Amino acid sequence: MKEKQEKPSSMNRRDFLKIVGISAATSTGILYGCNTKTEEKTNHITTQKEGSMTYRVSPISNDKVSLLGYGCMRWPTLPSPDGNGNVIDQDAVNNLVDYAIAHGVNYFDTSPVYVQGWSEKSTGIALKRHPRNKYFIATKLSNFSNWTKENSIAMYKQSFKDLQTDYIDYYLLHSIGNGGMKTFKARYIDNGMLDYLIEERKAGHIRNLGFSFHGTVDVFDYVLGLDDYVHWDFVQIQLNYVDWLHASGNNVNAEYLYTELAKRNIPAIIMEPLLGGRLSNVPTHIMTRLKQRRPEDSVASWAFRFAGSPELVLTVLSGMTYKEHLIDNVKTYSPLIPLTDEDKAFLEETAQLMLKYPTVPCNDCQYCMPCPYGIDIPSILLHYNKCVNEGNIPKSSQDKNYREARRAFLVSYNRDVERLRQADHCTGCEQCNPHCPQSINIPKELHRIDAFIEQLKQETL
Amino acid sequence: MLRKIRLTLAIVCFTLVTLLFLDFTGSIHHGFSWLAKIQFMPAILALNVGIIIFLVLLTLLFGRVYCSIICPLGVFQDIIAAFRKRKKRNPYTYSPAISWLRYTILVLFIVACVAGIGSFVALLSPYSSYGRIASNFFAPVYQSINNLLALLSEHVNSYTFYSTDVWLKSLPTFIIALITLIIIVVLAWKNGRTYCNTICPVGTVLGFLSRFSLFKIRIDTKKCISCNLCAKRCKSACIDVKNHTIDYSRCVTCMDCIDNCHQDAIHFGTTSSNTKSQAKASSPDITDQSKRSFLSISALLATSSLLQAQEKKVDGGLAKIEKKQKPERQTPIVPPGAESSRNFAQHCTGCQLCVSVCPNQVLRPSANIWKLMQPEMSYEYGYCRPECTNCSEVCPTGAIRLIDRAQKSSIQIGHAVWIKKNCIVIRDEVECNNCERHCPTHAIEMVPLHPEDKNSHKIPAINTERCIGCGACENLCPARPFSAIYVEGHEVHRYI
Repeated sequence: MKEKQEKPSSMNRRDFLKIVGISAATSTGILYGCNTKTEEKTNHITTQKEGSMTYRVSPISNDKVSLLGYGCMRWPTLPSPDGNGNVIDQDAVNNLVDYAIAHGVNYFDTSPVYVQGWSEKSTGIALKRHPRNKYFIATKLSNFSNWTKENSIAMYKQSFKDLQTDYIDYYLLHSIGNGGMKTFKARYIDNGMLDYLIEERKAGHIRNLGFSFHGTVDVFDYVLGLDDYVHWDFVQIQLNYVDWLHASGNNVNAEYLYTELAKRNIPAIIMEPLLGGRLSNVPTHIMTRLKQRRPEDSVASWAFRFAGSPELVLTVLSGMTYKEHLIDNVKTYSPLIPLTDEDKAFLEETAQLMLKYPTVPCNDCQYCMPCPYGIDIPSILLHYNKCVNEGNIPKSSQDKNYREARRAFLVSYNRDVERLRQADHCTGCEQCNPHCPQSINIPKELHRIDAFIEQLKQETL
Repeated sequence: MLRKIRLTLAIVCFTLVTLLFLDFTGSIHHGFSWLAKIQFMPAILALNVGIIIFLVLLTLLFGRVYCSIICPLGVFQDIIAAFRKRKKRNPYTYSPAISWLRYTILVLFIVACVAGIGSFVALLSPYSSYGRIASNFFAPVYQSINNLLALLSEHVNSYTFYSTDVWLKSLPTFIIALITLIIIVVLAWKNGRTYCNTICPVGTVLGFLSRFSLFKIRIDTKKCISCNLCAKRCKSACIDVKNHTIDYSRCVTCMDCIDNCHQDAIHFGTTSSNTKSQAKASSPDITDQSKRSFLSISALLATSSLLQAQEKKVDGGLAKIEKKQKPERQTPIVPPGAESSRNFAQHCTGCQLCVSVCPNQVLRPSANIWKLMQPEMSYEYGYCRPECTNCSEVCPTGAIRLIDRAQKSSIQIGHAVWIKKNCIVIRDEVECNNCERHCPTHAIEMVPLHPEDKNSHKIPAINTERCIGCGACENLCPARPFSAIYVEGHEVHRYI
């Protein structure tokens, strides 16, 4: 499927992941009114709970933002027709966006680097079919690999083209803290990009300027301290009931981040409320624990209620690939039932139970990819986590279920990860490490998993 | 009755031997690898005196029951002939033996055996011929069905089936297998056991013995009305009704004639009423069967569909992985247990059984003309894993002698060689220690590239005394298409 609307200049370097279903996009646009009606009908069937989306109002811009925000990092893909990689399933994206807007979601968060560089374009196509004043667009300056002013401005300008808009509601300095203070200064201060963006805000091209944060506390304090100069309109932080008090690696506890923002009355946008699915796909006894307390609610709903409860939270982002997740999250926030103090204590206990599980804190964000040596890093880590949660990580050959667990681990490993992309091919070059927002020492984890697999294969456990 | 016993035994043996070639999980071999070891040529090559004596005695007692029951190629021909018989019940006629051809081939075969021309032995040995056919044609079908089931079981989250790689291991061997298959099918379709009684050297040897066997098919001349029904049913074309004689050198004791005789004139027994063994030679034209229809075979190896590298760092996607290419090895590598390339070449009958059971895609048939079809090792798809001794367990000929895991870890079949220009530490200037990390004998140490620089990247130093040549380093080396570390074979294996 060839992209027709795009100028060739911006096509050449990204031709391996394309968008399918673009031809259909125009027609669904025309039929849009019709579509929403049917959607609304299905709504009455699928969501039993009556009620409408909870909105928060930004104390700075007075924007009325839906508590559920759409993260455009995990759009559904299909295997490419020519067998080379994946393509975005644009019809499915349109469908998801239509449903979201019909149910009150009005915040869409993307970046030039998401979904192998195709997210903005796909999101733009889907949103263009709705009136521009119905939604807010958030995107980022993701100048990770080349932070010269020219390249950064080119990336900024390209976002307008790809998103087919002449203003961006929320613009973020992407992933501050990753790479420490030095990288922050190189990316935004020394090249004058921060000043450039402040000017752009004055000119009205950017309505709200903020940053997203992953990393060490010194960078956070420093960048937040720039508030008097920049006047941050919002800050995007990682917040969930595990990271609230138990952030992994170099990351900062969400409680600290939120409190600091509250001191300055800066609204918070929440990312990773579910830890890339790790707070919905939980070990069985955690699942039963949550279900016992609220049998009708999903496991994920606890995480969303936690993330949505603090008053200064403007919106909670979720990268929803599947309609079911979207429906469930819309239900959780229509309206939000805030957590009680007992609920909070209960979730803190749950977090402590979760921490006993030796999962790798990978949220499948794909920032580490592509590995230059072809390793499928997230798939390996997710497979390992899956086996941890399912109890298929035998501790010794004397374990009762050793045989079954061994077979399950090895067979599903080959299913989940292509053989040439497995952990045994990791060279340990560490080129992935700076990209990981969770500061996972990726080669170390891969080598550990590989050593475990060797023990399973050789039966020396 | 006798025929039914023969049929039952034949089907059981045939199925199990075939499964030896099909089953890649290794579960059949635990119970039934002896079925490969009682095959005639493997027993000879392994100098397995017990089995040779057993087979000789068996033949001296009952005639060529070996050809009707144990030999998978013989039973395979019967199966093809059975399809023919559906159309025409009694399709055969008597024809005299072509002794000059039989004995010429036998002499050539023995010479090849003694001279150690493995490829010629493998070409004619019936068990090898069948192994070729099974591993090249039946196994891929079986594996594809398995992969389909694996796909299904993946959907229901079951771990009963797992998928396996189906790939063409050697084009020359595939072509030879195809020609063998065509010849066998055509001959069996037309004239039953022509191949066994004209070409097969094992058939010739056993035929020579079976003339003197105690139990024989015998015609009762008093009852015989010369209706010719037995000869029409005889797939060996060995019943001469006119003279009431049977050519016992060709009779495979299939008992078909007994059941076909309406007069009860044919029996399987010891007492002779009127029999003369006959081995007359004449020459009907059979040899011009070799109309070789060479098929143009499109390369079956899937060209790996891969992604293009990108200029901008974006999230997600998978980098291109180039296919590994086979390095030029001065000495081919043969599996641990082979003891030496010479021992291996002398004993291997090229049956492909080890190739079929190798779970790591290491073994594949050689393309060298003298060792054609005899397996050799290469590490592009996998390496010789420390926990696996499958090939040594199944080898029926003693080409790969039985070893256990402990022995395997100390048998040096080759040694690793580092190629500086390919190493990514030098080429890409990155850290890498994958070879060191995976060496099962810790024969690789990482040493600084620039000893004077503290932060220098490290390169592998190979202790060839410790290296066993398993190929873990070569297979897992990130350098592509040629690994920066590869294994050079040893002619004589040694224990370290």
